[in-house]
Amino acid sequence: MKTIKLIAIILGSTVIAASCKKSDDTPAPTVYYQQQDQMGRPAINTVFNVSAADKDAFNVTTPGNQGAAFQAKFQARLLALNAGYTTNALGLSASAFTGVLATDVLTASTTGVTTFFDGTNVLTGRKLDDDVIDVELLLIFGGPAGTSNPGLTKDNVNANDKPFLASFPYLASPF
Amino acid sequence: MKRKKLLLAAIAAATLITGGIIYAADHIDTPAVTAQPTDITDLYVFRAQDPNNLVFVANSQGLLAPGSTAAAKFDENTVIEFNIDNNADNIEDLVIQCKYDAASNSMQVYGPVAPSEKGTRSKLEGSVSASAVVTAYGAAPTIGTGGSGVKVFAGPRDDPFFFDLNRYKAILAGTAPGFNNPGTDTFAGTNVLSVVVEVPKSLLGSAASVNVWLETKKKI
Repeated sequence: MKTIKLIAIILGSTVIAASCKKSDDTPAPTVYYQQQDQMGRPAINTVFNVSAADKDAFNVTTPGNQGAAFQAKFQARLLALNAGYTTNALGLSASAFTGVLATDVLTASTTGVTTFFDGTNVLTGRKLDDDVIDVELLLIFGGPAGTSNPGLTKDNVNANDKPFLASFPYLASPF
Repeated sequence: MKRKKLLLAAIAAATLITGGIIYAADHIDTPAVTAQPTDITDLYVFRAQDPNNLVFVANSQGLLAPGSTAAAKFDENTVIEFNIDNNADNIEDLVIQCKYDAASNSMQVYGPVAPSEKGTRSKLEGSVSASAVVTAYGAAPTIGTGGSGVKVFAGPRDDPFFFDLNRYKAILAGTAPGFNNPGTDTFAGTNVLSVVVEVPKSLLGSAASVNVWLETKKKI
């Protein structure tokens, strides 16, 4: 599968190169770029959009318009995942929670700690080592006290498989 | 022409085969971008080692096996764009645009700058604020620093994302009752193409928090 993907990428570049011949004696027109993919918080499109059409549409809907277009669908998906949902550890009802999620932006503090959740700070950024999946599972399945559905609220993969760097570029070298 | 059509058919077939088989944080989330250099895997935003700076990480082209990583390339026709809203209306006030230049094999960073075009269509804004030659697989990181204090790295890195995705899919499919303990990291041992940009907070406005989202945009 990985080989197929790689071939597709190489073939893709070939087609682009072949279709880009242009003469050099006219002033270059403004080059525009059109949106293909988009994300704010981790796993939102993956988890909350079900159909391929919705996944594609979500990726090209600006965040300012995402709530109106997707909140109701996200709420239906949340209740399909957890039919017993009442509120979660943040005290959010199904409509309030999916209203937050449907506007897919990552809020980051410019003055303090930056973390998805560290036990104290909530959604002030996303660090490399934040266990974002456990946070999302807890908010989807854990109920108001975080104690419901204990088999579903953490995946028991708690860290990356390689340590991160203390200094730029912070990410670990490739395998 | 025939060759081009054949190639397109091959790409379409490859997309169908890979589409929807495996996905996670934003890895291969959607049929329209799967198996393309525009496929975002993850966005991270965090305080830098120097607390006066903020770090933006854009990862793309996920699930690269070590044997495939050296051949993975950034695409000259793709702009990787961090969108920054600093007045809480979820409309970008600033963008940081990262554009690969094949001739110099470097990642060129534009901004942070107020964009003249907002929304789903963009053009490159202003001038290059920092650039770095793309770090080859296995090489020490090449770091570019611009005059405004913007730093950039581009190249393959270990995928920092971790998740027992396969077990989650089994739970959704009704074939597993819950997660295993310990779980198995589906992303262990795989790489991504990373762009890391570090920016002085003073270039981001005066808001105590910003809303950030990552977009990939393709030349039209």
